[in-house]
This record gives sequence, structure tokens and C-alpha cells, in this order.
Amino acid sequence: MTAVLRGVVAAHGEVAAGLVRAVEDISGIRGALVPVSNTDCDRGELERRIADAMANGPGIVFVDMPSGSCLFAALHDLRGWTGVRVVTGVNLAMLLDFVFHRELPVETAVARAVETGARSIVVR
Amino acid sequence: MPVVLARIDDRLVHGQVVIGWGRPLAVDLIVLVDAEVAASDWEQEIYRMAIPEGMDILFADSAAAADRLPAWDASQSRVLLLTGTIETMAELHAAVPEVIRRVNLGGLHHHPGRSERLPYVYLSDGELDTLRELERTGAVISAQNLPGTAPVGLQELG
Repeated sequence: MTAVLRGVVAAHGEVAAGLVRAVEDISGIRGALVPVSNTDCDRGELERRIADAMANGPGIVFVDMPSGSCLFAALHDLRGWTGVRVVTGVNLAMLLDFVFHRELPVETAVARAVETGARSIVVR
Repeated sequence: MPVVLARIDDRLVHGQVVIGWGRPLAVDLIVLVDAEVAASDWEQEIYRMAIPEGMDILFADSAAAADRLPAWDASQSRVLLLTGTIETMAELHAAVPEVIRRVNLGGLHHHPGRSERLPYVYLSDGELDTLRELERTGAVISAQNLPGTAPVGLQELG
């Protein structure tokens, strides 16, 4: 049996808390995602916040920017984990896909989430 | 072109540095002085991910940086010098005070023994003494997280 994946959203300011609250409001699934903010902390503290939220996984860390403190902290933590992937460019669509597929293997769940997130970006 | 900003920021390379300061100052070279990062190809690879096109980054420990700072200061590059600690910046100032003329406190966050001086600057009394000594020996020190915020002089921090 595959362990249920943990989801961590790490982002600037209040972005992560807002995204997690929105996912919970839309899906009705609570506790599947843990928000982490980079506000008022140095690199080490941010790494600890993300590591505590991931609790050794398995799971996915969703970060906002494809560079910056949240990504660097997550990648730093990643060296000590197995079964954890880091995804940048988090959006609501990918998080919604994730919370409904947390029982999949991490590689399958991350592929689904990334594809869903990318497909949600359209120009009309 | 002289070093256009000498910044102490315990998050090292991040958005405020690359975008917040890098763009308005037209920085084309970031010199990150940090012994741990200078010794780790893996960490350097991570920080290179944050560097936009048209900007470069170099990594050095304080001894290597002190050797090269006069050349960087005389080069055509607009250099942003970045350290994660007050101690490293103090070492650089001691080695090449003519280059480290002004020091920007950009982000020093909470740790045991430190107290809040500004929302983005926490200092212990010992660190404050080190900064006062830096200023006594010729560096002008101010806290300013972004170009659009008002600089706060060292004397106002404690």
C-alpha cells in the first residue's frame, strides 16, 4: 500500500496560506496541504519550516517561484529526503489535482499535478 | 565601476537582491561571499538558478574575495557584493576598506540572542558592537531592505 502523500506549499508572504485556504474551500478536503511562508526568517529557519511541514514525506513541496528563497530552502531539504519532489510555479489547479490524488505514487501524482497546472494557463 | 552595493543578507541570493536591488542598480555581477557556498558545487548550482540573463554570479570565501575586490571595484562590471553574515563583511572591510565604503543591512533575521531592531533586522549586542566598530573604521552602515524604503542609520538601531 502506498503511503498518502504530504503536500507542502511554500511561498512568499501570505500566498501559501491563501492558496491552501482556497483549495480547502473548493475541495472540502482539509489538512492535505500545509502552508509555509518565508516571512521573517532566514535560510535555516525556512528550511526547518519546510522540513517540519514535510515530515520526511513522501510528498510534494509546491513553491511559488522558479528561483528564490522558498525553492532554495526546499532543494536544500530535498537532499535529506526520499520520495519527495519539488515543483515550482504553484497554482490552484495543480493543488486541486494533488489533493484528490494523494494515494498515487509520488512520481505519478507530481506528473499529474504539473500537467494540470500547466494546462490551466491559457490565453483567450 | 565601483561595487554599487555591499549587502548583508542571511537569505543570500533571493528576490529582493536580484530583482529589488539588481534591476534599479543595473547590477551585472553578484559576488556571493560565503565559505559554505564557495565549497559546494551543488549550492552554487542552486543559486545560479536565480540569476537572470545579463547578470552573472561568482562565489568566493572571504580571503579570495578580499584578494579580488580591488579588481572587481576597478572593473567595468556593476558589482553587488553579498555576504550572509556581519562577520564576513567585517573581514572584507578590514582587508579592503577602500572598497567597502558603505554597508547595507538587508536581512538579518531572528536568532536566539538577537533582538528586533527593524522587522528585517535582528541583532545581538555583540553584532551591534561589531557594526559600530565597522562604522568607526570608516564604513557607513544603514539598514534598507529595498531601494524604495527609507534607509535607517546604525545609530537608530540601538
